[in-house]
Amino acid sequence: MAEKISNKSVLLNPFSKNNPVIVQVLGICSVLAVTAKLEPAIVMGISVIAVLAFSNVIISLIRSTIPTNIRIIVQLVVVAGLVVIVDQLLKAYTYDVSKQLSVFIGLIITNCILMGRLEAFAMANKPWPSFLDGIGNGAGYALILIIVGFFRELLGSGSLLGYQVVPQWCYEHGYVNNGLMILPPMALIVVACIIWIHRLVNKDLQED
Amino acid sequence: MLRKYLDKIKPNFEPGGKLHAFHSVFDGMETFLYTPRSTSSSGVHIHDSIDSKRVMIIVVLALIPSLIFGMYNTGYQNFIASGISDYTMWQALAYGFLAILPRIIVTYAVGLGIEFIVAQWRGEEIQEGFLVTGILVPMICPIETPIWMLAVATAFSVIFVKEVFGGTGYNVFNVALVTRAFLFFAYPAQMSGDKAFIASEPICGLGGYISDGFSGATPLGLIANGTTDFINQAGSTWNAFLGLIPGSFGETSTLCILIGAALLLITGIASWRIMLSVFVGGLVMGWIANTFQTPLYPASSLSPIDQLVYGGFAFAAVFMATDPVTAARTGLGKYIYGFLVGVIAILIRVYNNGYPEGAMLAVLLMNAFAPLIDYCVVQANINRRMRRLKAKA
Repeated sequence: MAEKISNKSVLLNPFSKNNPVIVQVLGICSVLAVTAKLEPAIVMGISVIAVLAFSNVIISLIRSTIPTNIRIIVQLVVVAGLVVIVDQLLKAYTYDVSKQLSVFIGLIITNCILMGRLEAFAMANKPWPSFLDGIGNGAGYALILIIVGFFRELLGSGSLLGYQVVPQWCYEHGYVNNGLMILPPMALIVVACIIWIHRLVNKDLQED
Repeated sequence: MLRKYLDKIKPNFEPGGKLHAFHSVFDGMETFLYTPRSTSSSGVHIHDSIDSKRVMIIVVLALIPSLIFGMYNTGYQNFIASGISDYTMWQALAYGFLAILPRIIVTYAVGLGIEFIVAQWRGEEIQEGFLVTGILVPMICPIETPIWMLAVATAFSVIFVKEVFGGTGYNVFNVALVTRAFLFFAYPAQMSGDKAFIASEPICGLGGYISDGFSGATPLGLIANGTTDFINQAGSTWNAFLGLIPGSFGETSTLCILIGAALLLITGIASWRIMLSVFVGGLVMGWIANTFQTPLYPASSLSPIDQLVYGGFAFAAVFMATDPVTAARTGLGKYIYGFLVGVIAILIRVYNNGYPEGAMLAVLLMNAFAPLIDYCVVQANINRRMRRLKAKA
């Protein structure tokens, strides 16, 4: 087993020092796709937290019985099962959001963060740290999603969670929503800005 | 007198002086006003003693004919649209001057402001790249673009296209064109259609309000909507060549652009290879589109010559494609780069009805490919010489 890491750092590292999106640069496609509005970003974040935490626990529980040469298939089956459950729950309770997220809930299966955590952590650790690791990485991912979604909806649609927040007064005086923020390229640029600020604060992450 | 003043305050900015923190601001102003004494004067890579500030100034000079004509045309279009018939040339010029002045000032203030801040922050000299960009940006945008949008777009492209890549001379894409592309995609309603290209309000008592029903669509905008009868009217090509048509501020007059082009070519600042091959590419693609014209793509009914004089094609060919930083640098590469800019500009214009003008996107696209073209040309050259060497041995 790898070196002993405290449960606290397992849970909290992925928020900043080892964030899956802005440090490991994983799961970028879904950041581009689901963050045009804040609401789908939040739902997507929660879904990933749930799937990641429980798949980590399940894989961790059966880690000693999985034959090494078919472990990826086993991991995929576990993740796929959980994703289907999440997808059905969303369809049942938040149909509109599920419509907006369309295939991207299904594509959680192929999200690199999941495979990464299962391979790198759950296969080698006990269920409880694995659960914390799943929560931490999922939350780190959700955090970036929500920041990006916040700025894209605010600047692109002038609203948050569907409520108009830019006052009508501004529109009457010539303010116009930035249509580029709705388009996927701006998600990349917002993520780049987050990375930029993050690296300025954490100088040890800067590369030459 | 100015020289004396500069010399007098100079010690303040030398290391140890009390205003040393602002030395790059001082440096920038001094070398802008006077030829620096430290111009490179020897070395294998030096062609002559011209420095990049002089180059930029000449490009700005080359833009002056288009700028002045743009002022006149802005006034002229407003007077026509608002039904004023008794005006002098000077009134039209004054109207256009007052319309464009705040835009130029705001663009320079935002762009130079960011450059100054970044230069102070990094402790570098202020780079002069914005000198040309600042005048290009208002000239390639419709006159009705709100000023705050210009400011936002300028800030965006100076930060994300230039400073992030390391400042002047390191940018992959043409900064002025990215500014326009940002505006085009972020605020499509304000950047196209039939309201954006004609100033709609009187300024300082000059000009008049234009009525809501008036349509000031550009020729290419009309064609994209399927109106093509005006093309065959006598003198329409000549009008477009002179530039008395609605359009973005500085790009309507092909004549004035060619005057600027002549200045750039005589002084050897712009590459004639690129300019020539852009026009050739445009002619070839225009000819192909014209040969296979269909009512499905109305712009294909334009003759190849019309393709060159309408829209921003000539402006892009002379001032955008030849940008030495973002264009290809090898001799053969310049021909390939320019030819493809011309072809793609017409290709987008004709076969994509969503974008009436393709010159902007064509230049940006080829900016991305310029390093690849250069790489291939250099590799081909290396291979050829290797073979020659082997044949000799």
